[in-house]
Amino acid sequence: MESNNKITGWSTSEMAQKVAMDIHDGAYVNLGIGIPEMVTGFIPEGREVIYHTENGLLGMGKVAQSGSEDPELVNAGKKYVTAIPGAAYFHHADSFAMIRGGHIDICVLGAYQVSEEGDLANWSTGNPNDIPAVGGAMDLVAGVKTIFVITKHTTKTGASKIVKSCTYPLTGKNVVSRIYTNLSILDVVDKKLFVRKLAPGVSFEYLQQQTEATLNQ
Amino acid sequence: MNKIVNSAKEAVAGIFDGATVMISGFGEAGSPVELIHALVDQGAKNLTVVSNNAGSGHVGLAALIENRQVKKILCSFPRTAISVVFPELYRAGEIELELVPQGTLAERIRAGGAGVPAFYTPTTVNTPLAEGKEIREFDGKQYVMEKAIQADFALVKCATADKYGNLIYNKTARNFGPVMCMAAKTTIAQTKEVVELGSINPEHVITPGIFVNRVVEISNPADESKLVAENVKYHGIKQ
Repeated sequence: MESNNKITGWSTSEMAQKVAMDIHDGAYVNLGIGIPEMVTGFIPEGREVIYHTENGLLGMGKVAQSGSEDPELVNAGKKYVTAIPGAAYFHHADSFAMIRGGHIDICVLGAYQVSEEGDLANWSTGNPNDIPAVGGAMDLVAGVKTIFVITKHTTKTGASKIVKSCTYPLTGKNVVSRIYTNLSILDVVDKKLFVRKLAPGVSFEYLQQQTEATLNQ
Repeated sequence: MNKIVNSAKEAVAGIFDGATVMISGFGEAGSPVELIHALVDQGAKNLTVVSNNAGSGHVGLAALIENRQVKKILCSFPRTAISVVFPELYRAGEIELELVPQGTLAERIRAGGAGVPAFYTPTTVNTPLAEGKEIREFDGKQYVMEKAIQADFALVKCATADKYGNLIYNKTARNFGPVMCMAAKTTIAQTKEVVELGSINPEHVITPGIFVNRVVEISNPADESKLVAENVKYHGIKQ
């Protein structure tokens, strides 16, 4: 982290766009709270993607416009949303049967840490003063076919979020398929990390310098 | 057979000290605020509450917790931006928390209502939440055994009901309602409207009346988020 010319790489919007490009036509997709929600804005024209929200809606539409919010129509982040024509409501056990039963194609989640073997930590920092909360994260990583992670490459203090082994409590082991950061897109293949794409101005050497985990070309 | 009762007070009658009470809702959506407030008025203590969240502001479930009626809560996500009551009591060691992943929570409740004592799930394998639980391998993959949850009472919110207790919900306010109705000895539903028998198309019934014991019409339920925004504090009405 000695480098004076720190490279910022892709913006958050650009990261979300990269994720969107990898979501296929006809996919059923669950998006985590926060940055993952931005992905909806970048799905290419002509691709039909159906969004699942674990609190009981398949066919989630855009965020509700001011003045037409319905407190009984919310997403997993408890934001007021809308439902598209053709949407379906269901109870929580059915919703998680969709998740755990392998019916959802792709889930996009944020992360505290991802290990080189594809372990994910995104629910607890392990700080005993924090109120533990897990929500649906562990069910999603256990059941959804493909898990994408979207996250800044390093923390605010410059520590790598792509690590050899997670130090925070795990959400799931060997669950992540692909990681989208501001510096690169990484694939987890056979418990190893492979660089799939580098952000402009980022060399493999620079990326490795910014990454605790071992990277492969 | 007529399951309609005349007031929220009548609906929550008989909830006893030490009871396990399921409360529907995902945040404010589907939370039976009027039934919870009636339970605050009624005053039953040492309750074990099963609910996805731990309440917001000082109303609804948060008011029940603030009134020191809850000794333990099973939930998946007790932390929200506007949850103030639970964090304080939890840090002070005055309320017990069993953290359950959301899908496991829903399935444990469904199992409880379906007569299935336990099941195996891939959720939580290799995480701290699997510690102390039986792990078993099926077809080369590991699973955690989770036990069913049953309750003495369930408090749920729905949109439409008839006197047989058939229920229809509204949008994502359905969430935990249907499974909780199945898993409690006494299920109490608050509904926006009661309709005549036959008005609900049998094909459209979400919770069949066999799972429901009492129905009370609350035609104009409070918006929890409005109460929270106005910083309303519900302290109950002395009986």
